[in-house]
Amino acid sequence: MLVPILKQRDYLIATIQAALTDEDLRLLRDGLVEQVGRYRSRGVIVDLTALDVMDSFAARTMRDLAHMTRFRGAEMVIVGIQPEVAFSMVQLGLTLEGVSTALDLEEGLAYLDRRGKAKRPGKSSMTAR
Amino acid sequence: MPVHREIDIVAARREGRALASLLGFSSTEATLVATAISELARNIVLYAKQGEIVLGLLNDGNRRGVVVVARDEGPGIPDIPWAVADGRSTSGGLGLGLPGVRRLMDEFHIASEVGKGTTVVVKKWKR
Amino acid sequence: MQSISRSTAQSSGDSSALLRELVAHLRQNRTGLREEWARRITEAKLLTAMTPEEIFAEATAVYDNYLEAVETGSIEALETYARSLSERIIPRGVETHEVLGIVLLLRDVLARSLFAKYPQDVTQLSRVLDVYEPAANRIANTVAVGFAHERERIIRQQQEAIRELSTPVLTVRNRLLILPMIGIIDPQRARQLTEQLLRAIRVNRAKVVVMDITGVPAMDATVANHLVQTVEASRLLGATVIVTGLSPEIAQTLVNIGVDLGKMTTVGDLQGGIEEAERLLGFKVVPVDEAAEQLKE
Repeated sequence: MLVPILKQRDYLIATIQAALTDEDLRLLRDGLVEQVGRYRSRGVIVDLTALDVMDSFAARTMRDLAHMTRFRGAEMVIVGIQPEVAFSMVQLGLTLEGVSTALDLEEGLAYLDRRGKAKRPGKSSMTAR
Repeated sequence: MPVHREIDIVAARREGRALASLLGFSSTEATLVATAISELARNIVLYAKQGEIVLGLLNDGNRRGVVVVARDEGPGIPDIPWAVADGRSTSGGLGLGLPGVRRLMDEFHIASEVGKGTTVVVKKWKR
Repeated sequence: MQSISRSTAQSSGDSSALLRELVAHLRQNRTGLREEWARRITEAKLLTAMTPEEIFAEATAVYDNYLEAVETGSIEALETYARSLSERIIPRGVETHEVLGIVLLLRDVLARSLFAKYPQDVTQLSRVLDVYEPAANRIANTVAVGFAHERERIIRQQQEAIRELSTPVLTVRNRLLILPMIGIIDPQRARQLTEQLLRAIRVNRAKVVVMDITGVPAMDATVANHLVQTVEASRLLGATVIVTGLSPEIAQTLVNIGVDLGKMTTVGDLQGGIEEAERLLGFKVVPVDEAAEQLKE
């Protein structure tokens, strides 16, 4: 099942719909990394609200995706991880270190907006998190 | 359930969650079971190419639970203590993920013979 | 009557006849025996939490269920009754030894009545006792075990309740949660706390959590690891956890298990933690407010 990637302002938003196979995840990763360049996006949001299991492969793919996105000049934030999923992830030892997270889509957008502002000169009061 | 393609991983964990929910596991517990199944099925696809996952119900009189058996005839694990050692950092690699699975579940048993295959049995009791 | 039943039993001699004889005896003397039993209970100062009337009412019910269990050999009804009895009397502070005591007293009262019934006929007495003893033991066991089970169940329930109560997740202000942890934290409680906190983060859309562990006297490595996991899981939901009130001992444990301090924000005390939380929230929220104020001016 392909994950739809929406373009909104200069952000890309990928909303995961259901249980994903490894192949779906790889396609999502490659698609996002490619589109960040094509649309000159400044930010990427991956919405995992509907994801019910995050195992080591999914977590690793997300981490790789975040790093690749950064190399391509955009910020990535993961939103919507469910409490049970977060609980299982830490038990398994998956903590997505170095990947930004936010509660939901709204918070993710706010986070990217702040990061965008912080990067602009003259607004030094905002320290990057 | 036979496991040899990536899609089987998704099917196996979905079955596991359904079974856990049927037993009245909380959503958190069901997620733990589904995640463990996902890791075990992934190990099969990754290392043995082919194997099976068997799910069962447990009842010891006082408690009920779920048992997951992951069996393959793959290369086997030469150093079991090393494979299940509980280092806190599973450092994100595509490692065997067995220590993680052990933390997710209540009971964990493994038998493996190089060249013959590996069987992992894990159990989770309903709280 | 007595002589008739005795002769019938003697003639057949099989245990079902003896059982019928026993049941007939218990039924005939129902009033006297349960009065005697209630009297002995009061005399032994058992069930002091109950009034004599209540004792008599329960004694009657137990007696009848007892009789039925002897007669039919089925202890199901008695089990059910024992459970409901336990439910009623446990909240009133009735202890296990009292329940054991009254059951043993009933055994004693009934056995004595059998001795009185067959003063001369030792053979028949011993035959009746052979039938009576196993049934009585089984029944005593059922009632006592039922009570113990019910007690355990209630204790478990109370522990759950205490656990839930002992760690409230407080909403202090918009997007800020406070989790004051008090008392001994075992792995099960740590787990429960984490689940509770993660749900609260989601429901309250919290961005910052102050977890105060001033009231936690000690923590072993397992629980300390749980604490770290709680912090990590909260971050996955997008919330920052500030841990406050770490005692020197717990700090030592965290160092020993090699906790990466980069993952954890710690502040000395709860007040400092709340200030830090507000700073964190402020630096995300205030600029917008200020901008709005500035617009007004």
